[in-house]
Amino acid sequence: MEIITAAIEVLSRWDVVLALLVGSIGGVAIGAIPGVGPAVAIAILLPATFSMDPIVGLTLLLGIYGSSMYGGAIPAILINTPGTAVNALTTYDGFPMTARGEGRRALSLAYSASFVGGVFSVVCLIFLSPVLAKIAPMFGSREIFLAALLGIILVVVAHRGQMLIAAALAGFGILLNTVGLEPAAYTRRYTFEQSWLAGGIDLIVVVLGLFALSQAFVLMTMDDEKIRLPRSRGSLLQGFRELGRHPRVAGVAAGFGVVMGMIPGVGEFTAQFMSYTSARKLSKTPQSFGNGSSEGLIASEAANNAVPAAAMIPLLALGIPGEALTAMMLSVFYVHNVVPGPGLFQNDMDFVVALYIALLILNVLVVLFLLASTNWLVHLTRIPNRFLGMCILLLSFVGVYSIRNSTVDCMIAAAFGLLGYVLKRLNMPIVPIILGMVLGGIMEVKLRTSLARIRAPLDFIDRPIAFVLFCLIVLILASTFWQVWRGWQSPDRRTPQKRAAQAFSKRISGRNARHFEARRKQQRRRRSYDHMGS
Amino acid sequence: MSKPELIEVKTRTSGQVVFVIGAFLVSVLLLSQIGSQTEWNDRARTVAAQPRLWPAVALVLMVLGFGLHWRSMRRRRPDAIDWLEVRRWVEPLEFLGWFLIYVLAVPRLGFLPVSLLVACALTWRLGYRTRGALALAAVFAVAITVVFKGLLGVNIPGGQIYDFLPGSIRTFFLVYL
Repeated sequence: MEIITAAIEVLSRWDVVLALLVGSIGGVAIGAIPGVGPAVAIAILLPATFSMDPIVGLTLLLGIYGSSMYGGAIPAILINTPGTAVNALTTYDGFPMTARGEGRRALSLAYSASFVGGVFSVVCLIFLSPVLAKIAPMFGSREIFLAALLGIILVVVAHRGQMLIAAALAGFGILLNTVGLEPAAYTRRYTFEQSWLAGGIDLIVVVLGLFALSQAFVLMTMDDEKIRLPRSRGSLLQGFRELGRHPRVAGVAAGFGVVMGMIPGVGEFTAQFMSYTSARKLSKTPQSFGNGSSEGLIASEAANNAVPAAAMIPLLALGIPGEALTAMMLSVFYVHNVVPGPGLFQNDMDFVVALYIALLILNVLVVLFLLASTNWLVHLTRIPNRFLGMCILLLSFVGVYSIRNSTVDCMIAAAFGLLGYVLKRLNMPIVPIILGMVLGGIMEVKLRTSLARIRAPLDFIDRPIAFVLFCLIVLILASTFWQVWRGWQSPDRRTPQKRAAQAFSKRISGRNARHFEARRKQQRRRRSYDHMGS
Repeated sequence: MSKPELIEVKTRTSGQVVFVIGAFLVSVLLLSQIGSQTEWNDRARTVAAQPRLWPAVALVLMVLGFGLHWRSMRRRRPDAIDWLEVRRWVEPLEFLGWFLIYVLAVPRLGFLPVSLLVACALTWRLGYRTRGALALAAVFAVAITVVFKGLLGVNIPGGQIYDFLPGSIRTFFLVYL
């Protein structure tokens, strides 16, 4: 109780309240604009948060992270374009509902499912915190090393069909982290006698280049789409009533979100895909999935909104980020000399609880804001691509230059922007680079510390948690190699997952093509009537 | 599907071979430099304390990853369509130039004037030439200056040109604009 009182005291500060408001409202707006997304926004805002208190900065960033998925559902449902990447599955059922004239019903279902996912995950975490506080001290250097290694392996394995590229890019991230002065003996590594490389390559500069600048380049080299917003009827509250009819779908989806969010490297996509698949299996009307099913919409939205709070668990408890956004947040901790990890749960529990309560309030704020402002938020989807690109380019400058007023940093960010642009065009993953950079540093330090304390190699896994983590690593590697080997043996060299995904996307693209063909026919008919009339 | 559209779709997948070969060669080159770019510490007690360990791990991962991916590709040599995609990779160089001009101009001319200039000029260049679009760009430039430098106090120095302004205005410009 004392901890909760202390946390509420922290949260009642005016600057924290302001950060919560700006983060939640800004996050919704950012999510509603296709082409920006929370990664770009957080990358740009990151240097600005360095001058704030850790709780203020993190509340702002968490606000953007948590609320952007709410906003991302708006374009996904109304114009078939996901606002953030994790709203992709929302288009499958949201857009057909809009095509039937039920856009507002779809939006309200998405808001209510997101709310349930978000609140469920925060409540789970509040109850889990005491358990974590007990387990966290059992994590020493070797356990953290093994957890970081597991994180990198999971990130690579999660990129099915691109595992080799993901591994190579994770290696590139680890290499970037090693550039400059080595932390123990202070010898130079890969500096090529250049003084500007001696200080190393800053994570934020790389993040800004790979996420923000590359997205600006993508948008500025694209053509603008003419977007026509559809008309829809109904109340924005009806989804909350309808959600009551599908408590199991929402509960299971939120559960998937919490579990997947806690595992490093897995994140929203897997949570969404698994909850969507299970909802379809359990549904009495599986044929309606992909054609405007309310259950499908609830499954995807509840799952992705349950992830942000859960993703904070490995970050806060072990200091290990599970994906790019939490990796960015880790730098906020480092800048303020707050070391996330076992000590945080033991010594600063009120800080952790304050973050969770902030997330809880955030969900309420966002839903209230959305109910009041959906009508004008939908117009954000009309901002032209190239104009948006120009805005991101200018904002990226603020982000990079404000770190240490360095032109060299800006040039490095520009180079990474170009690399990110190429990777995006080739559909190659960017996240392994960032996680390689962050987890590579953690692994180097922790391996050094832990090896200095052991005598024989087997001593490394003689503690229970280290042993469990080691077994998990072996199990994941063995099952991945087994699947790859079986894929090579089969005459049709596609994994069952890939076959299922391809069949699913074929169905969806067929449905989209039919919808657009019907629209085109309607337009042609209207035009011919106009001609006849004139 | 028309010819340009067909090329656009094909290039998306075909450009991979150029990237993978390039990345593989760079990785091999970097790995070949490991002797001169990292040190071997004779006094280190464990292999984990060697400064060379992690660059070696990273580079081996890169060489193996890119190399095996190249080997598993159906086409291992770039063709005309791959080079077409490479040409698209250099398209953002123009905007990268705009970005660097912005970076170099801010410490001299100041954050607000350069932001206004770049936002409006880039908006014009991108094809939005109506008064409304240019006004919106100007509003955006003013907004980022007010929010980031004025309210959040991010670390962007005042322009050298502000030194020519009279006393109190100069201070205001240096601090907030």
